[in-house]
Amino acid sequence: MKELQGWKDIPIGTAIIEAGSSIKYLTGGWRDNRPEHNKDKCTNCLLCWVYCPEGAIIVKDDQVTGINYDYCKGCGICSAECPPKVKAITMVKEPKLM
Amino acid sequence: MARLAALTGNNAAAEAIRQIKPDVFAAYPITPQTEMAEEVAQFVADGILDTEYIPVESEHSSMSACIGASLAGARAMTATASCGLAYMWELLPIAASLRSSVVMAVVNRAFNAPLNIHCSHDDSMGARDSGWIQLYSENAQEMYDNLIQAVKIAEDETVRLPVMVCMDGFIISHAVERLLLLEDKKVKNFLGEFKPAYPLLEVNNPVTLGACALPDYYTEHKKQHSEALRHSIDKIMGVANEYAKLSGRSYSLFESYQLADAEYGIVILNSAAGVTKAVVDKLRKEGVKAGLLKIRVYRPFPAAQIVQALKNLKVVAVLERTDSFGGVGSPVFTDISAAFMEASTKEKPLMVNYVYGLGGRDVGLEDIGKVYANLQAINQRGKIEKSFAYLQARE
Repeated sequence: MKELQGWKDIPIGTAIIEAGSSIKYLTGGWRDNRPEHNKDKCTNCLLCWVYCPEGAIIVKDDQVTGINYDYCKGCGICSAECPPKVKAITMVKEPKLM
Repeated sequence: MARLAALTGNNAAAEAIRQIKPDVFAAYPITPQTEMAEEVAQFVADGILDTEYIPVESEHSSMSACIGASLAGARAMTATASCGLAYMWELLPIAASLRSSVVMAVVNRAFNAPLNIHCSHDDSMGARDSGWIQLYSENAQEMYDNLIQAVKIAEDETVRLPVMVCMDGFIISHAVERLLLLEDKKVKNFLGEFKPAYPLLEVNNPVTLGACALPDYYTEHKKQHSEALRHSIDKIMGVANEYAKLSGRSYSLFESYQLADAEYGIVILNSAAGVTKAVVDKLRKEGVKAGLLKIRVYRPFPAAQIVQALKNLKVVAVLERTDSFGGVGSPVFTDISAAFMEASTKEKPLMVNYVYGLGGRDVGLEDIGKVYANLQAINQRGKIEKSFAYLQARE
């Protein structure tokens, strides 16, 4: 965990002056349900990639290769958009923390 | 050369706005501010004023437009009153915590119900905790002078906070007074150019303002804003001193009138200070040591300075044109009481709080005379029986 800044150190007026700094914010911790991708069933239609609001679908050479769990919030849109005949993405409950 | 003019408070404010030359003026008309918004619109229509006048559909929008404009780097102004100020409530703390430099003229008017278009200070007093700087003006001259100073304060790089400049509805906004106006060029040079901290339209330096801050950072943003408002007091005085050189009219955090050796004092804001001064003069001739403290800067609250000015008086009445319903007293009384609690001084006057002039009820020489008589009676008794009262309510 990086050290939090004090009130004198942050820019005034709530300004975030570093472009693209949201990449440092790993939203994967918000996830309740995890999408699991089945490469064998996947037709690579890329609907999941189009609909994912976080850009968490990893695509290489036009192939879906996996899901970026650092940023995936577990909203389930990818699973819902995956064509019913394909069903390559299923939502699985994250293991409960102790 | 300064120009002598006969103007209403609204005319005087519009004249200040013309000379300030905001890049953006976004306003919605509301009594008793309407004349001001109309006159600025006329200036723009006549080509006298080069300002983007946004005729918004509400005050919520006028403040939103001003915030965006100010953060983008434009000098942005608006004007409102009463329900109009209430309708922009959501945006007030946003304008302040985003550290915009919006300057707003507030023509003080009572809150409904019952419906009333005349003067109370309910509107601006209600907004006292929104994080804005607040200046109060006794007459048209002060409104004019305060508006010009407000822009300089708001845009200063050590301040960067929005400023509300208040005057009394109808009593000042619609009464013609004689006042001195500066030359256009002098105002222009005095204000200089506005340079925002993080201009929104600089594509090579992209910036995000007002993003989400969760419990790990929200406190730090608010602490930063709080410190900025507290420290703005120095710059407010600095600007007042610079303005005195320019205009020959000096301003401070508050005006002390016959206060130095006074035994009985009234604390008041805005137009009723005039009638109070007349009563002080009359009482002084009769040998009564009466005095007045008229607050100009209410936020940030000059607590230590007010304690210093009042501590040696025998009895003080804080007169307020609003009621903090269910509170210990009205806002200024509560602030001054707290200031004495916090101060190390042992000397302290007996203090009472009277609500007066609600909904435009005239406050006359007799009303103020009655207050000073009450203060003398309290001094003779040596104690206060009732610290909070409505001065003019019929039983």
